[in-house]
Amino acid sequence: MERSEEYIKNERKQDWRVALQKKTKAKDRMSIERAIMAETPPEVRITSQRIEVNTGLTKEQALVEASRCMDCVNPTCMEGCPVSINIPKFIKNIERGEFLEAASVLKESSALPAVCGRVCPQELQCEKRCFYVEKLHQPAIAIGYLERFVADYERESGNISTPKMLAANGIKVAVIGSGPSGLSFAGDMAKLGYDVTVFEALHEIGGVLKYGIPEFRLPNAVVDVEIESLRRMGVKFITNYIVGQTASLDDLKADGYKAFYVGSGAGLPRFMNIPGENSNGILSSNEYLTRVNLMGADSEDSDTPVLRGKHVVVVGGGNTAMDSVRTAKRLGAEHATIVYRRSEEEMPARAEEVHHAKQEGIEFLTLTNPIEYMADENGRVSQMKVQKMELGEPDASGRRRPIPIEGSEYILDCEVVVVAVGVSPNPLIPNSVEGLDVSKWGTIEVVKDKMQSSIPEMFAGGDIVRGGATVILAMGDGKKAAKNMNIYLTEKYLVN
Amino acid sequence: MNKIVEKEYFSEKIVKIVVEAPLIAKSRKPGNFIILRVGEKGERIPLTIAGANVEKGTIDLVVQKMGVSSTKLCDLEVGDYITDLVGPLGKPTVIHKLGTILCCGGGVGNAPLLPIVEAYKKAGNKVITILAARNKDLIILEDEMRKHSDELIIMTDDGSYGKKGLITQGMEEVIKRETVNECVTIGPAIMMKFCSLLTKKYEIPTVASLNSIMVDGTGMCGACRVTVGGKTKFTCVDGPEFDAHQIDFDEMMSRLGGYKQEEHDMFEKFQK
Repeated sequence: MERSEEYIKNERKQDWRVALQKKTKAKDRMSIERAIMAETPPEVRITSQRIEVNTGLTKEQALVEASRCMDCVNPTCMEGCPVSINIPKFIKNIERGEFLEAASVLKESSALPAVCGRVCPQELQCEKRCFYVEKLHQPAIAIGYLERFVADYERESGNISTPKMLAANGIKVAVIGSGPSGLSFAGDMAKLGYDVTVFEALHEIGGVLKYGIPEFRLPNAVVDVEIESLRRMGVKFITNYIVGQTASLDDLKADGYKAFYVGSGAGLPRFMNIPGENSNGILSSNEYLTRVNLMGADSEDSDTPVLRGKHVVVVGGGNTAMDSVRTAKRLGAEHATIVYRRSEEEMPARAEEVHHAKQEGIEFLTLTNPIEYMADENGRVSQMKVQKMELGEPDASGRRRPIPIEGSEYILDCEVVVVAVGVSPNPLIPNSVEGLDVSKWGTIEVVKDKMQSSIPEMFAGGDIVRGGATVILAMGDGKKAAKNMNIYLTEKYLVN
Repeated sequence: MNKIVEKEYFSEKIVKIVVEAPLIAKSRKPGNFIILRVGEKGERIPLTIAGANVEKGTIDLVVQKMGVSSTKLCDLEVGDYITDLVGPLGKPTVIHKLGTILCCGGGVGNAPLLPIVEAYKKAGNKVITILAARNKDLIILEDEMRKHSDELIIMTDDGSYGKKGLITQGMEEVIKRETVNECVTIGPAIMMKFCSLLTKKYEIPTVASLNSIMVDGTGMCGACRVTVGGKTKFTCVDGPEFDAHQIDFDEMMSRLGGYKQEEHDMFEKFQK
């Protein structure tokens, strides 16, 4: 929910907050070192896809870390959060030992705290705006670690709270896609009293949280608990249903749905269109990760096969590339290698993921680009020709443009190649809805900050609008859309 | 969960099942397919819809026992449930009144061909259907095809039924005899390849429906990519039907074997 500056200031003046502020001197708070997240040792975690890398803070660590927070008069950290979590309030609740209260603060703003605590790039958001970073040039409060601690604490306690809900207003809204954007939207609309149904094309709820992000970074069980919370708030889920195909938008309107939120994600994987790329053994990161994460192909009892090889090469430098190459290691690759055309500095992956990958023995060939694949007599890839690159002037993305070095080509062995060079928007909704404005890239056009499309009752957000972003930005869009759809529906149906 | 309400053996290895799926029965069009999954550890497999009954809310699927997943599906009985089923997927067949249409089916390809034959006939075309198989036992849906075709020709490799010879021989006879405005071919990739080579020689526009490997079926995985006219296309969202003369069938056949070893190993384990 939106909060005014005054509200935040008044909350800060509550007795318990004031008492905490007085309890410890600023100098003492500043002298504490930032908590270090415990990790499963690399040699242990690479033996299974299902061992989580980060193991979470202990209660003692969380209490100490929370006491570092200055409870700033002007909490800039909140400006860095796409879903505007009341960060000082939840952290100060940790400091006073009220962990469950801290969890309910998170839930005021976020439908998926245990997810965000694990996969958000906090170092670029809240933590980047932390007083410690901006004013002291010291390590930020570990806001992400604390968020995860609180969400995990609540889940493990069994006392999972349901956020405050307004009375039901009987208005039906449909959500298309059950990824982070759709779930965030669904949570906010349920709180506002709407009758929310989420339609999902796959057989599992969660979208990229289930098919994309691996178990070692985000266990499916954690996602399921957050989905269960939404169910308890009255959100309904229908799997195996493709809006526009299984039934049309008009069919849903006839069923009483008054408005729609499209969060159908970035479906289509991009390839590089280089010779030999359709050889067997070369697949998209979407296919590779879906086979393992959604279909469980890493385990013996799954009917879904996955390709394994001695030399697995992953092309790309984003988080998906890191997820893929680390998955390859866990599936037994002797050499799991990243091939990336720019240098490590330009990699879009989180520094933490690159660091973890290196600990796990992932090999990095940066400033290197594939230009051709060679297959064996069975059509299976066996080698790739790569070319070395150097960095030139910055391009449109602001990063230095990679330029091929003539005559630098050489050959790499590979039995499996995973292409992780980005995705394009899923075409199913843009193709099946008449009158919907779509950009030349296939993304749905929306009024910025409102998330409303050219069809007034249809809102959209996440990768289907952005073309490829993060879980938290998708969630932020869901929040914005909920706020604005509520205004739209209130004017249309609730104000007499 | 979708209940199986009827089951019929066309042959030892080919089974027709009728499944409750009321929304899909209503929204499906000729050429569409579905993805289903048997069991909580099941694989997602694509199957083209062979027919539907809107009143009963059912769709027809024809399955050939090949590996683990198709065997698990074929072993389900009436009253059992399919764990997950989603559709209709893919672009439907473009049906126009064109004149004479030559519909060529091979093996279980006859199943997805049936609704297309029906639709072309209904649109006012003269429909000549050729069904081919190794032997008599493998010719399926003959009566249904006859009902919707102006002429039905059967070809068997061993001559045990209809005429002896390959499907292309039957096709060439028709093409030499009368003007064919369009050809549709659905069957094993190798058959479609040779059908396509033949019609290219006679410059007859031809459509082939591909059965690529898929995981999600919604454009997400790219396992189903195929080269058409020199460009990479996704069978699930750009197809499953393409201009046959533009398809790189050799690449397509190679890609169908992309998981051959893994599938073989799994089937061995499954049979034990």
